[in-house]
Amino acid sequence: MFRRLPDAAAGPLVPVTIDGQGVMVPEGESAAAAALAAGMVPTRTTPVSGAPRAPWCMMGVCFECLMEIDGEPNMQGCMVPVRAGMVIRRQEGARRLPAMPGTSHEAAGASLGAASGAPAAAPANPQG
Amino acid sequence: MNASLHSSDAIVIGGGVVGGAIAYGLAKRGLSVTLLDEGDVAFRAARANFGLVWVHSKGPGFPAYQEWSQRSADLWGDFAAELTADSGVSPHHERRGGFHFTLGDEEFEARAQLLRRMHNQQPPGRYAARMVERSELERMLPNIRFGPRVSGASFSESDGQASPLHLLHGLMGACQARGVRLYGEHRASAITREPGGAFIVTAGPRRFAAPKLVLAAGNGNPPLAKMVGLEAPVRPQRGQVAVTERTERFFHHTGSGVRQLPEGTVILGSSEEEAGFDTSARSDVVGQIVHRNIQVMPDLARLRLVRFWAGLRVMTPDSFPVYNQSETHPGAFIATCHSGVTLAAAHANALAPQIIAGALSPEMAPFTARRFHVSKAA
Repeated sequence: MFRRLPDAAAGPLVPVTIDGQGVMVPEGESAAAAALAAGMVPTRTTPVSGAPRAPWCMMGVCFECLMEIDGEPNMQGCMVPVRAGMVIRRQEGARRLPAMPGTSHEAAGASLGAASGAPAAAPANPQG
Repeated sequence: MNASLHSSDAIVIGGGVVGGAIAYGLAKRGLSVTLLDEGDVAFRAARANFGLVWVHSKGPGFPAYQEWSQRSADLWGDFAAELTADSGVSPHHERRGGFHFTLGDEEFEARAQLLRRMHNQQPPGRYAARMVERSELERMLPNIRFGPRVSGASFSESDGQASPLHLLHGLMGACQARGVRLYGEHRASAITREPGGAFIVTAGPRRFAAPKLVLAAGNGNPPLAKMVGLEAPVRPQRGQVAVTERTERFFHHTGSGVRQLPEGTVILGSSEEEAGFDTSARSDVVGQIVHRNIQVMPDLARLRLVRFWAGLRVMTPDSFPVYNQSETHPGAFIATCHSGVTLAAAHANALAPQIIAGALSPEMAPFTARRFHVSKAA
């Protein structure tokens, strides 16, 4: 669906995992671009209606490209440069709040692990 | 000259949740109603309303307000259903009970004292709120991990929540479905009265006439009230709220400073600042709001804050509502409060019938603005 244009400034190819598949992508490319090139469309489903979505503005404005990156939900894929070993997954509906048992979601393992340490005292990360 | 007058049975000034609810209540009982709204420049209190339908701490020292809030909360279910039927817009009302979380023993004991006071000013069996120790809280809310300083909460099954913006949207739609003529960008500037006859309201380029007049213009009420022998002792009080990204539903009840919408966002509040007509949001105040709530639920720190903003409450000197009919200009009423969402059902289905009847009921007497007059009696 998407192909990369020639880019003399592109970084060296690094291995990442996109939607469970190992692929090689230029280091520093955005996670959203890498996901599109790998054919991971949709990249998310919406929390309210479950509608499929994919990256659109590619410049940090529209929030359509939310995806799970290295276990962190709702990341703006277009603003995150790819690194070697990155794991990019589709954002399925609403994220769940870590360490809150009893809600139904099976894919929260990484987030739960990240939250098991001391609770952060800092305010949530302002966004938008 | 009268040819240019737009006549109806009642004019409501103020197209927010208070004026909208009253106009809706009047119209669905058969009155022709004109609703005049200033437009989007208005300091619309609903913009920053937290969205509680809240009873359990309302009205310490003022039993009539306690009862009025309880009555509105009891009317809300049917009100939400009729509003949805008339407008096609659900106000997202839920009534699953509300918590006020306490940090430390002092807050818990102070809250327990408040509840005892509230309990003692109501008839036996009427007041439903109770204190909940931390251990019981953890059993009631197994989805939530509480911070170490959480000592417990007060809880009442009477409390619920609704969406202020969907409520406002629904009210405007329901009003129009019931034939209310809604004039936006029509700020009321003058009110006169024909001798023995109708009120004449000048708003924008038009003039409107009706035998009944309701002032529901929030912080815009004071100059209008003077024109018809009423008092509107209100001032703006700034409040700020913050909203997070959507997350799976973990909090199905509601809380005084934290609630989760059915669609997943978490709303955090609240603050009280005396800042005049200044709606600018301040990050330090929002920081305090967020910090308080993270002490209650540490996992909230994992959520992204999407937006924070400020709005202006419509605040009286004792914080309680004012409802009056003018003595010098009978037929002119004022309704003003800072809990337009909680009281929306009462405004539509308990207050509007009194306005139609032409007299406020005896149980409304405590809400008169006369209570602010310095007592000259012994």
